[in-house]
Amino acid sequence: MSSALVRRRAVDRLMTALAAVAVAVALVPLASVLWLVVSRGAAGLSWAFFTHLPTPVGEPGGGIGNALVGTLYLVGLACLIGLPVGIGAGVYLAERGDSPIGRGIRFTADVLSGVPSIVVGVVAYGLIVVPMKRFSAIAGAVALAILMVPTLARSTEELVRLVPGALREASLALGVPEWKTSLRVVLRTALGGIVTAVLIAVARAAGETAPLLFTALNNQYWNLKPDQPTASLTVQIFNYAISPYEDWHAKAWTAALVLLLLVGSLNLLARFLSRSRLRSQR
Amino acid sequence: MSAPAKLTAVDLHAFFRGTEVLRDVSLEIPPLSVTAIIGPSGCGKSTFLRCLNRMHELTPGAHATGRIELDGQDVYGRDVDPVHLRRRVGMVFQRPNPFPTMSIFDNVAAGLRLNRIRGDHEASVERCLRQAALWDEVKDRLGASALGLSGGQQQRLCIARALAVEPEVLLMDEPASALDPIATAKIEDLIHELKTRYTIAIVTHNMQQAARVSDRTAFFYMGDLVEVGPTEQIFTTPREQRTEDYVTGKFG
Repeated sequence: MSSALVRRRAVDRLMTALAAVAVAVALVPLASVLWLVVSRGAAGLSWAFFTHLPTPVGEPGGGIGNALVGTLYLVGLACLIGLPVGIGAGVYLAERGDSPIGRGIRFTADVLSGVPSIVVGVVAYGLIVVPMKRFSAIAGAVALAILMVPTLARSTEELVRLVPGALREASLALGVPEWKTSLRVVLRTALGGIVTAVLIAVARAAGETAPLLFTALNNQYWNLKPDQPTASLTVQIFNYAISPYEDWHAKAWTAALVLLLLVGSLNLLARFLSRSRLRSQR
Repeated sequence: MSAPAKLTAVDLHAFFRGTEVLRDVSLEIPPLSVTAIIGPSGCGKSTFLRCLNRMHELTPGAHATGRIELDGQDVYGRDVDPVHLRRRVGMVFQRPNPFPTMSIFDNVAAGLRLNRIRGDHEASVERCLRQAALWDEVKDRLGASALGLSGGQQQRLCIARALAVEPEVLLMDEPASALDPIATAKIEDLIHELKTRYTIAIVTHNMQQAARVSDRTAFFYMGDLVEVGPTEQIFTTPREQRTEDYVTGKFG
Protein backbone atom coordinates (compact mmCIF):
# COMPACT_ATOMS: atom_id res chain seq x y z
CA MET A 1 0.00 0.00 0.00
CA SER A 2 1.26 3.43 -0.84
CA SER A 3 1.79 5.83 2.01
CA ALA A 4 -0.66 8.32 0.43
CA LEU A 5 -3.46 5.75 0.66
CA VAL A 6 -2.63 4.92 4.29
CA ARG A 7 -2.67 8.58 5.14
CA ARG A 8 -5.95 9.20 3.36
CA ARG A 9 -7.64 6.33 5.18
CA ALA A 10 -6.42 7.65 8.52
CA VAL A 11 -7.77 11.12 7.72
CA ASP A 12 -11.08 9.55 6.68
CA ARG A 13 -11.41 7.71 10.00
CA LEU A 14 -10.43 10.80 11.97
CA MET A 15 -13.04 12.94 10.20
CA THR A 16 -15.78 10.34 10.67
CA ALA A 17 -14.92 10.16 14.38
CA LEU A 18 -14.98 13.96 14.72
CA ALA A 19 -18.38 14.14 13.04
CA ALA A 20 -19.73 11.45 15.36
CA VAL A 21 -18.44 13.36 18.39
CA ALA A 22 -20.15 16.53 17.12
CA VAL A 23 -23.46 14.65 16.84
CA ALA A 24 -23.04 13.30 20.37
CA VAL A 25 -22.29 16.78 21.77
CA ALA A 26 -25.34 18.15 19.98
CA LEU A 27 -27.49 15.44 21.53
CA VAL A 28 -26.26 16.03 25.10
CA PRO A 29 -28.48 19.06 25.83
CA LEU A 30 -31.54 17.39 24.33
CA ALA A 31 -31.00 14.18 26.29
CA SER A 32 -30.25 16.02 29.53
CA VAL A 33 -33.33 18.24 29.19
CA LEU A 34 -35.50 15.16 28.66
CA TRP A 35 -33.80 13.26 31.48
CA LEU A 36 -33.97 16.09 34.01
CA VAL A 37 -37.59 16.99 33.25
CA VAL A 38 -38.80 13.39 33.30
CA SER A 39 -36.80 12.29 36.35
CA ARG A 40 -37.76 15.29 38.47
CA GLY A 41 -41.25 15.84 37.11
CA ALA A 42 -42.72 12.37 36.62
CA ALA A 43 -43.20 11.77 40.35
CA GLY A 44 -45.65 14.68 40.59
CA LEU A 45 -47.92 13.45 37.79
CA SER A 46 -51.41 12.51 38.92
CA TRP A 47 -54.95 13.01 37.73
CA ALA A 48 -55.38 15.76 40.30
CA PHE A 49 -52.36 17.61 38.93
CA PHE A 50 -54.21 18.04 35.62
CA THR A 51 -57.60 18.95 37.09
CA HIS A 52 -57.09 20.85 40.35
CA LEU A 53 -56.35 24.50 41.08
CA PRO A 54 -52.98 25.43 42.58
CA THR A 55 -52.79 25.38 46.37
CA PRO A 56 -51.18 28.05 48.59
CA VAL A 57 -47.67 27.52 49.91
CA GLY A 58 -47.43 24.73 52.44
CA GLU A 59 -50.71 23.11 51.53
CA PRO A 60 -50.05 19.74 49.85
CA GLY A 61 -51.74 18.57 46.63
CA GLY A 62 -53.23 20.93 44.11
CA GLY A 63 -52.56 21.08 40.40
CA ILE A 64 -52.19 23.22 37.34
CA GLY A 65 -55.59 22.57 35.78
CA ASN A 66 -56.28 26.28 35.32
CA ALA A 67 -52.86 26.85 33.72
CA LEU A 68 -53.32 23.96 31.29
CA VAL A 69 -56.76 25.20 30.28
CA GLY A 70 -55.38 28.76 30.22
CA THR A 71 -52.63 27.84 27.76
CA LEU A 72 -55.13 26.11 25.48
CA TYR A 73 -57.48 29.11 25.81
CA LEU A 74 -54.76 31.66 25.05
CA VAL A 75 -53.48 29.69 22.08
CA GLY A 76 -57.05 29.19 20.83
CA LEU A 77 -57.75 32.92 21.01
CA ALA A 78 -54.41 33.63 19.32
CA CYS A 79 -55.41 31.25 16.50
CA LEU A 80 -58.74 33.04 16.05
CA ILE A 81 -56.82 36.26 15.47
CA GLY A 82 -53.63 34.95 13.87
CA LEU A 83 -54.76 32.21 11.47
CA PRO A 84 -57.03 34.33 9.23
CA VAL A 85 -54.43 37.12 9.11
CA GLY A 86 -51.43 34.83 8.60
CA ILE A 87 -53.02 32.51 6.03
CA GLY A 88 -54.74 35.41 4.25
CA ALA A 89 -51.47 37.33 4.02
CA GLY A 90 -49.73 34.19 2.74
CA VAL A 91 -52.31 33.71 -0.03
CA TYR A 92 -51.96 37.39 -0.96
CA LEU A 93 -48.16 37.12 -1.12
CA ALA A 94 -48.38 34.03 -3.32
CA GLU A 95 -51.01 35.40 -5.70
CA ARG A 96 -50.20 39.12 -5.80
CA GLY A 97 -46.82 39.23 -4.06
CA ASP A 98 -44.75 40.46 -7.01
CA SER A 99 -46.05 44.01 -6.61
CA PRO A 100 -44.20 46.67 -4.55
CA ILE A 101 -46.84 46.24 -1.82
CA GLY A 102 -46.23 42.50 -1.79
CA ARG A 103 -42.48 42.96 -1.52
CA GLY A 104 -43.06 45.38 1.37
CA ILE A 105 -45.27 42.89 3.20
CA ARG A 106 -42.77 40.08 2.66
CA PHE A 107 -39.91 42.23 3.97
CA THR A 108 -41.99 43.25 7.00
CA ALA A 109 -42.90 39.63 7.75
CA ASP A 110 -39.24 38.59 7.55
CA VAL A 111 -38.18 41.38 9.91
CA LEU A 112 -41.09 40.73 12.28
CA SER A 113 -40.26 37.02 12.57
CA GLY A 114 -36.87 38.03 13.97
CA VAL A 115 -38.25 40.36 16.65
CA PRO A 116 -37.61 38.95 20.17
CA SER A 117 -40.83 37.69 21.75
CA ILE A 118 -40.46 39.88 24.84
CA VAL A 119 -40.54 42.95 22.59
CA VAL A 120 -43.83 41.70 21.16
CA GLY A 121 -45.05 41.34 24.75
CA VAL A 122 -44.15 44.96 25.48
CA VAL A 123 -46.02 46.05 22.36
CA ALA A 124 -49.15 44.14 23.40
CA TYR A 125 -48.79 45.69 26.88
CA GLY A 126 -48.71 49.16 25.37
CA LEU A 127 -51.48 48.51 22.88
CA ILE A 128 -53.97 46.67 25.06
CA VAL A 129 -53.03 46.40 28.73
CA VAL A 130 -52.40 50.12 29.24
CA PRO A 131 -55.65 51.37 27.63
CA MET A 132 -57.70 48.61 29.33
CA LYS A 133 -55.91 49.30 32.62
CA ARG A 134 -55.91 45.57 33.26
CA PHE A 135 -53.99 42.40 32.39
CA SER A 136 -56.13 40.14 30.19
CA ALA A 137 -56.30 36.96 28.16
CA ILE A 138 -56.96 38.99 25.02
CA ALA A 139 -53.70 40.92 25.49
CA GLY A 140 -51.79 37.66 25.80
CA ALA A 141 -53.56 36.20 22.78
CA VAL A 142 -52.74 39.29 20.68
CA ALA A 143 -49.06 38.96 21.64
CA LEU A 144 -49.04 35.28 20.64
CA ALA A 145 -50.92 36.07 17.41
CA ILE A 146 -48.34 38.72 16.44
CA LEU A 147 -45.67 36.05 16.91
CA MET A 148 -47.58 33.50 14.79
CA VAL A 149 -48.49 35.70 11.83
CA PRO A 150 -45.14 36.28 10.06
CA THR A 151 -43.97 32.66 9.97
CA LEU A 152 -47.45 31.44 9.13
CA ALA A 153 -47.73 33.95 6.27
CA ARG A 154 -44.37 32.98 4.80
CA SER A 155 -44.97 29.22 5.03
CA THR A 156 -48.48 29.60 3.58
CA GLU A 157 -46.96 31.61 0.72
CA GLU A 158 -44.44 28.86 -0.04
CA LEU A 159 -47.12 26.15 0.11
CA VAL A 160 -49.55 28.07 -2.13
CA ARG A 161 -46.75 28.73 -4.64
CA LEU A 162 -46.21 24.97 -4.87
CA VAL A 163 -49.76 24.49 -6.22
CA PRO A 164 -49.39 24.01 -10.00
CA GLY A 165 -50.54 26.99 -12.10
CA ALA A 166 -52.43 24.52 -14.30
CA LEU A 167 -54.98 24.04 -11.49
CA ARG A 168 -55.64 27.79 -11.25
CA GLU A 169 -56.09 27.93 -15.02
CA ALA A 170 -58.44 24.94 -15.00
CA SER A 171 -60.62 26.67 -12.44
CA LEU A 172 -60.53 30.08 -14.18
CA ALA A 173 -61.40 28.42 -17.50
CA LEU A 174 -64.55 27.04 -15.88
CA GLY A 175 -65.65 30.62 -15.31
CA VAL A 176 -64.83 30.59 -11.58
CA PRO A 177 -63.92 34.09 -10.29
CA GLU A 178 -60.32 34.63 -9.20
CA TRP A 179 -61.05 35.04 -5.47
CA LYS A 180 -63.02 31.81 -5.42
CA THR A 181 -60.27 30.05 -7.37
CA SER A 182 -57.72 31.18 -4.77
CA LEU A 183 -59.81 30.03 -1.80
CA ARG A 184 -61.65 26.96 -3.05
CA VAL A 185 -59.12 25.42 -5.43
CA VAL A 186 -55.61 26.73 -4.72
CA LEU A 187 -55.86 27.04 -0.92
CA ARG A 188 -57.69 23.74 -0.66
CA THR A 189 -54.95 21.98 -2.59
CA ALA A 190 -52.33 23.44 -0.23
CA LEU A 191 -54.41 22.75 2.89
CA GLY A 192 -52.56 19.63 4.05
CA GLY A 193 -49.28 21.52 4.26
CA ILE A 194 -50.92 24.54 5.86
CA VAL A 195 -52.38 22.37 8.65
CA THR A 196 -48.83 21.21 9.43
CA ALA A 197 -47.56 24.80 9.45
CA VAL A 198 -50.40 25.81 11.80
CA LEU A 199 -49.58 22.98 14.23
CA ILE A 200 -45.94 24.04 14.37
CA ALA A 201 -46.96 27.68 14.94
CA VAL A 202 -49.36 26.57 17.72
CA ALA A 203 -46.64 24.49 19.37
CA ARG A 204 -44.27 27.45 19.36
CA ALA A 205 -46.93 29.80 20.74
CA ALA A 206 -47.80 27.33 23.52
CA GLY A 207 -44.17 27.35 24.66
CA GLU A 208 -43.83 31.15 24.90
CA THR A 209 -43.42 32.80 28.33
CA ALA A 210 -42.03 36.28 27.76
CA PRO A 211 -44.97 37.72 25.78
CA LEU A 212 -47.42 36.51 28.44
CA LEU A 213 -45.61 37.82 31.55
CA PHE A 214 -47.10 41.31 31.38
CA THR A 215 -50.12 40.67 29.16
CA ALA A 216 -52.11 37.66 30.36
CA LEU A 217 -50.14 37.76 33.64
CA ASN A 218 -51.40 34.85 35.77
CA ASN A 219 -54.45 33.76 37.71
CA GLN A 220 -54.90 31.42 40.69
CA TYR A 221 -58.39 30.46 39.50
CA TRP A 222 -60.17 29.21 36.40
CA ASN A 223 -60.79 31.90 33.82
CA LEU A 224 -62.36 31.87 30.39
CA LYS A 225 -63.19 35.58 30.21
CA PRO A 226 -61.11 37.37 27.57
CA ASP A 227 -60.86 40.57 29.63
CA GLN A 228 -59.46 38.89 32.76
CA PRO A 229 -55.89 37.79 33.63
CA THR A 230 -55.35 34.15 32.73
CA ALA A 231 -52.95 31.48 33.95
CA SER A 232 -50.68 29.65 31.50
CA LEU A 233 -48.36 26.69 31.84
CA THR A 234 -45.28 28.69 30.99
CA VAL A 235 -45.89 31.58 33.39
CA GLN A 236 -46.91 29.10 36.11
CA ILE A 237 -43.62 27.24 35.61
CA PHE A 238 -41.77 30.55 35.80
CA ASN A 239 -43.50 31.56 39.06
CA TYR A 240 -43.00 28.15 40.68
CA ALA A 241 -39.36 27.96 39.61
CA ILE A 242 -38.33 31.37 41.01
CA SER A 243 -40.14 30.76 44.32
CA PRO A 244 -38.13 29.77 47.41
CA TYR A 245 -40.31 26.72 48.19
CA GLU A 246 -39.23 23.12 47.63
CA ASP A 247 -42.81 21.96 46.95
CA TRP A 248 -43.27 24.58 44.21
CA HIS A 249 -39.95 23.62 42.60
CA ALA A 250 -41.22 20.06 42.27
CA LYS A 251 -44.43 21.36 40.76
CA ALA A 252 -42.43 23.47 38.28
CA TRP A 253 -40.69 20.30 37.06
CA THR A 254 -43.97 18.44 36.69
CA ALA A 255 -45.61 21.37 34.89
CA ALA A 256 -42.55 21.54 32.60
CA LEU A 257 -43.05 17.87 31.79
CA VAL A 258 -46.70 18.53 30.93
CA LEU A 259 -45.69 21.42 28.66
CA LEU A 260 -43.03 19.27 27.01
CA LEU A 261 -45.58 16.53 26.35
CA LEU A 262 -48.06 19.06 24.90
CA VAL A 263 -45.56 20.74 22.58
CA GLY A 264 -43.88 17.46 21.72
CA SER A 265 -47.11 15.76 20.72
CA LEU A 266 -48.10 18.75 18.54
CA ASN A 267 -44.74 18.54 16.77
CA LEU A 268 -45.04 14.79 16.34
CA LEU A 269 -48.55 15.18 14.92
CA ALA A 270 -47.28 17.82 12.47
CA ARG A 271 -44.43 15.54 11.34
CA PHE A 272 -46.80 12.61 10.97
CA LEU A 273 -49.24 14.66 8.88
CA SER A 274 -46.57 16.08 6.59
CA ARG A 275 -45.00 12.68 6.11
CA SER A 276 -48.27 10.95 5.23
CA ARG A 277 -49.04 13.86 2.86
CA LEU A 278 -45.74 13.35 1.04
CA ARG A 279 -46.41 9.65 0.77
CA SER A 280 -49.90 10.17 -0.69
CA GLN A 281 -48.49 12.54 -3.32
CA ARG A 282 -46.05 9.96 -4.64
CA MET B 1 -69.19 30.27 -45.51
CA SER B 2 -72.95 30.23 -45.20
CA ALA B 3 -73.71 30.29 -41.45
CA PRO B 4 -72.47 33.35 -39.52
CA ALA B 5 -69.28 32.64 -37.57
CA LYS B 6 -69.52 31.62 -33.91
CA LEU B 7 -66.26 33.31 -33.03
CA THR B 8 -64.57 36.00 -35.08
CA ALA B 9 -61.18 37.58 -34.50
CA VAL B 10 -60.71 40.97 -36.16
CA ASP B 11 -57.29 42.67 -36.39
CA LEU B 12 -56.13 40.87 -33.22
CA HIS B 13 -52.71 41.76 -31.84
CA ALA B 14 -51.31 40.09 -28.70
CA PHE B 15 -48.32 41.14 -26.60
CA PHE B 16 -46.11 39.82 -23.79
CA ARG B 17 -44.34 42.72 -22.05
CA GLY B 18 -44.15 44.75 -25.25
CA THR B 19 -43.19 41.85 -27.52
CA GLU B 20 -45.80 41.32 -30.20
CA VAL B 21 -46.57 37.59 -30.43
CA LEU B 22 -49.64 37.84 -32.68
CA ARG B 23 -49.86 40.34 -35.54
CA ASP B 24 -53.10 41.47 -37.10
CA VAL B 25 -54.93 38.14 -37.02
CA SER B 26 -58.42 37.99 -38.51
CA LEU B 27 -60.06 34.60 -38.42
CA GLU B 28 -63.61 33.21 -38.42
CA ILE B 29 -64.56 30.05 -36.52
CA PRO B 30 -67.82 28.63 -37.89
CA PRO B 31 -70.36 27.06 -35.49
CA LEU B 32 -70.64 23.32 -34.80
CA SER B 33 -67.41 22.48 -36.57
CA VAL B 34 -63.77 21.83 -35.71
CA THR B 35 -61.17 24.45 -36.57
CA ALA B 36 -57.57 23.28 -36.24
CA ILE B 37 -54.78 25.75 -35.56
CA ILE B 38 -51.37 24.49 -36.65
CA GLY B 39 -47.89 25.93 -36.83
CA PRO B 40 -44.39 25.48 -35.41
CA SER B 41 -43.58 26.10 -31.73
CA GLY B 42 -43.75 29.74 -30.72
CA CYS B 43 -45.89 30.78 -33.69
CA GLY B 44 -48.61 32.19 -31.40
CA LYS B 45 -51.23 29.48 -31.85
CA SER B 46 -51.70 28.86 -28.09
CA THR B 47 -51.74 32.61 -27.46
CA PHE B 48 -54.47 32.98 -30.08
CA LEU B 49 -56.56 30.32 -28.36
CA ARG B 50 -56.06 31.98 -24.96
CA CYS B 51 -57.21 35.32 -26.38
CA LEU B 52 -60.53 33.73 -27.34
CA ASN B 53 -61.61 33.19 -23.70
CA ARG B 54 -59.51 36.06 -22.28
CA MET B 55 -57.10 33.74 -20.45
CA HIS B 56 -54.19 35.50 -22.21
CA GLU B 57 -54.63 38.69 -20.18
CA LEU B 58 -54.21 36.74 -16.89
CA THR B 59 -50.50 36.27 -17.60
CA PRO B 60 -48.57 39.14 -15.97
CA GLY B 61 -47.48 41.66 -18.60
CA ALA B 62 -49.75 40.28 -21.31
CA HIS B 63 -52.39 42.20 -23.22
CA ALA B 64 -54.23 42.13 -26.53
CA THR B 65 -55.77 44.66 -28.90
CA GLY B 66 -58.34 44.25 -31.64
CA ARG B 67 -61.73 42.60 -31.50
CA ILE B 68 -63.01 39.13 -30.78
CA GLU B 69 -66.68 38.58 -31.39
CA LEU B 70 -68.77 35.78 -29.93
CA ASP B 71 -72.10 35.63 -31.79
CA GLY B 72 -71.33 39.14 -33.02
CA GLN B 73 -70.70 40.64 -29.56
CA ASP B 74 -67.22 41.96 -28.73
CA VAL B 75 -65.82 39.88 -25.86
CA TYR B 76 -63.30 42.62 -25.01
CA GLY B 77 -66.15 45.13 -24.62
CA ARG B 78 -66.41 47.19 -21.45
CA ASP B 79 -69.62 45.53 -20.32
CA VAL B 80 -68.36 41.96 -20.79
CA ASP B 81 -67.37 40.07 -17.63
CA PRO B 82 -64.47 37.71 -18.52
CA VAL B 83 -65.68 35.31 -15.83
CA HIS B 84 -69.04 35.00 -17.55
CA LEU B 85 -67.37 34.70 -20.96
CA ARG B 86 -65.30 31.72 -19.75
CA ARG B 87 -68.48 29.86 -18.84
CA ARG B 88 -69.55 30.14 -22.49
CA VAL B 89 -66.10 29.39 -23.91
CA GLY B 90 -64.57 26.40 -22.11
CA MET B 91 -60.98 25.22 -22.31
CA VAL B 92 -59.03 21.95 -22.17
CA PHE B 93 -55.30 22.15 -21.56
CA GLN B 94 -52.21 20.39 -22.86
CA ARG B 95 -51.53 18.41 -19.70
CA PRO B 96 -54.44 16.76 -17.90
CA ASN B 97 -55.07 18.90 -14.81
CA PRO B 98 -57.79 17.33 -12.65
CA PHE B 99 -58.17 18.85 -9.17
CA PRO B 100 -56.02 16.54 -7.00
CA THR B 101 -58.02 16.97 -3.78
CA MET B 102 -61.33 16.05 -5.42
CA SER B 103 -62.96 12.78 -6.41
CA ILE B 104 -63.92 11.95 -10.00
CA PHE B 105 -67.50 13.08 -9.33
CA ASP B 106 -66.40 16.28 -7.60
CA ASN B 107 -64.07 17.17 -10.46
CA VAL B 108 -66.92 17.10 -12.98
CA ALA B 109 -69.27 18.89 -10.58
CA ALA B 110 -66.61 21.49 -9.63
CA GLY B 111 -67.71 24.08 -12.18
CA LEU B 112 -71.35 23.72 -11.15
CA ARG B 113 -70.60 23.96 -7.44
CA LEU B 114 -68.03 26.74 -7.60
CA ASN B 115 -70.35 28.77 -9.80
CA ARG B 116 -73.38 27.93 -7.62
CA ILE B 117 -75.32 26.57 -10.59
CA ARG B 118 -78.41 24.82 -9.23
CA GLY B 119 -79.93 21.67 -10.63
CA ASP B 120 -79.50 17.93 -10.62
CA HIS B 121 -75.72 17.64 -10.34
CA GLU B 122 -75.77 13.84 -10.45
CA ALA B 123 -77.57 13.88 -13.78
CA SER B 124 -75.19 16.55 -15.13
CA VAL B 125 -72.12 14.58 -14.06
CA GLU B 126 -73.41 11.41 -15.72
CA ARG B 127 -74.32 13.27 -18.93
CA CYS B 128 -70.88 14.91 -19.15
CA LEU B 129 -69.00 11.71 -18.38
CA ARG B 130 -71.01 9.94 -21.10
CA GLN B 131 -70.31 12.75 -23.57
CA ALA B 132 -66.62 12.46 -22.71
CA ALA B 133 -66.78 8.66 -23.31
CA LEU B 134 -65.58 8.02 -19.75
CA TRP B 135 -68.78 6.95 -17.96
CA ASP B 136 -68.41 3.18 -18.42
CA GLU B 137 -64.85 3.25 -17.12
CA VAL B 138 -65.53 5.26 -13.94
CA LYS B 139 -69.21 4.73 -13.05
CA ASP B 140 -68.30 2.29 -10.26
CA ARG B 141 -65.69 4.53 -8.65
CA LEU B 142 -67.04 8.06 -8.86
CA GLY B 143 -65.90 8.69 -5.28
CA ALA B 144 -62.29 7.68 -5.96
CA SER B 145 -59.49 10.23 -6.41
CA ALA B 146 -59.12 11.59 -9.93
CA LEU B 147 -55.36 11.00 -9.65
CA GLY B 148 -55.93 7.25 -9.84
CA LEU B 149 -56.96 7.52 -13.49
CA SER B 150 -54.58 7.04 -16.43
CA GLY B 151 -53.39 10.11 -18.34
CA GLY B 152 -55.91 9.55 -21.15
CA GLN B 153 -58.75 9.06 -18.67
CA GLN B 154 -57.68 12.19 -16.78
CA GLN B 155 -57.81 14.20 -20.00
CA ARG B 156 -61.32 12.91 -20.79
CA LEU B 157 -62.26 13.79 -17.20
CA CYS B 158 -61.01 17.33 -17.84
CA ILE B 159 -63.16 17.45 -21.00
CA ALA B 160 -66.18 16.28 -18.96
CA ARG B 161 -65.38 18.95 -16.36
CA ALA B 162 -65.31 21.62 -19.07
CA LEU B 163 -68.62 20.38 -20.54
CA ALA B 164 -70.40 20.51 -17.16
CA VAL B 165 -70.84 24.29 -17.20
CA GLU B 166 -72.52 23.89 -20.63
CA PRO B 167 -70.22 26.03 -22.76
CA GLU B 168 -71.00 26.83 -26.37
CA VAL B 169 -67.39 26.75 -27.53
CA LEU B 170 -64.63 24.34 -26.49
CA LEU B 171 -61.01 25.43 -26.88
CA MET B 172 -58.48 22.60 -26.84
CA ASP B 173 -54.78 23.39 -26.43
CA GLU B 174 -52.88 20.34 -27.72
CA PRO B 175 -55.22 18.06 -25.75
CA ALA B 176 -53.50 14.84 -26.85
CA SER B 177 -49.84 15.82 -26.94
CA ALA B 178 -49.13 14.25 -23.52
CA LEU B 179 -50.99 11.01 -24.37
CA ASP B 180 -50.12 7.71 -26.04
CA PRO B 181 -51.57 6.82 -29.50
CA ILE B 182 -54.51 4.80 -28.14
CA ALA B 183 -55.59 7.52 -25.73
CA THR B 184 -55.08 10.04 -28.54
CA ALA B 185 -57.39 8.06 -30.85
CA LYS B 186 -60.08 8.11 -28.14
CA ILE B 187 -59.81 11.88 -27.77
CA GLU B 188 -60.03 12.30 -31.55
CA ASP B 189 -63.16 10.12 -31.73
CA LEU B 190 -64.57 12.22 -28.94
CA ILE B 191 -63.91 15.45 -30.87
CA HIS B 192 -65.96 14.01 -33.77
CA GLU B 193 -68.84 13.36 -31.37
CA LEU B 194 -68.61 16.72 -29.64
CA LYS B 195 -68.75 18.88 -32.76
CA THR B 196 -72.43 18.04 -33.19
CA ARG B 197 -73.12 20.13 -30.04
CA TYR B 198 -70.16 22.41 -29.58
CA THR B 199 -67.99 24.71 -31.65
CA ILE B 200 -64.42 23.48 -31.29
CA ALA B 201 -61.05 25.14 -31.84
CA ILE B 202 -58.06 22.85 -31.40
CA VAL B 203 -54.38 23.76 -31.34
CA THR B 204 -52.16 20.90 -32.39
CA HIS B 205 -48.54 20.17 -33.24
CA ASN B 206 -49.59 17.04 -35.03
CA MET B 207 -50.53 17.65 -38.65
CA GLN B 208 -52.06 14.22 -39.15
CA GLN B 209 -54.29 14.96 -36.19
CA ALA B 210 -55.37 18.28 -37.70
CA ALA B 211 -56.14 16.48 -40.97
CA ARG B 212 -58.14 13.79 -39.17
CA VAL B 213 -60.29 15.86 -36.83
CA SER B 214 -60.82 19.28 -38.37
CA ASP B 215 -63.11 20.82 -40.96
CA ARG B 216 -61.05 23.97 -41.35
CA THR B 217 -57.37 24.58 -40.66
CA ALA B 218 -55.51 27.79 -39.91
CA PHE B 219 -51.73 27.92 -40.32
CA PHE B 220 -49.84 30.34 -38.05
CA TYR B 221 -46.19 31.25 -38.52
CA MET B 222 -44.11 33.71 -36.44
CA GLY B 223 -47.19 35.47 -35.09
CA ASP B 224 -48.92 35.82 -38.47
CA LEU B 225 -51.96 33.95 -39.71
CA VAL B 226 -50.54 32.73 -43.01
CA GLU B 227 -53.52 30.91 -44.43
CA VAL B 228 -56.90 29.52 -43.45
CA GLY B 229 -59.28 27.32 -45.39
CA PRO B 230 -60.98 23.95 -45.58
CA THR B 231 -58.64 21.34 -44.11
CA GLU B 232 -58.42 19.33 -47.31
CA GLN B 233 -57.40 22.37 -49.31
CA ILE B 234 -54.74 23.42 -46.78
CA PHE B 235 -53.15 19.98 -46.89
CA THR B 236 -53.43 19.36 -50.65
CA THR B 237 -53.45 22.65 -52.51
CA PRO B 238 -52.31 25.44 -50.16
CA ARG B 239 -52.12 28.90 -51.69
CA GLU B 240 -49.02 29.98 -49.76
CA GLN B 241 -45.54 28.55 -50.22
CA ARG B 242 -44.88 28.65 -46.43
CA THR B 243 -48.00 26.57 -45.76
CA GLU B 244 -46.94 23.99 -48.32
CA ASP B 245 -43.43 23.82 -46.87
CA TYR B 246 -44.82 23.27 -43.37
CA VAL B 247 -47.52 20.70 -44.17
CA THR B 248 -45.12 18.71 -46.33
CA GLY B 249 -42.60 18.65 -43.50
CA LYS B 250 -39.87 20.86 -45.01
CA PHE B 251 -39.56 22.66 -41.65
CA GLY B 252 -41.19 22.89 -38.22
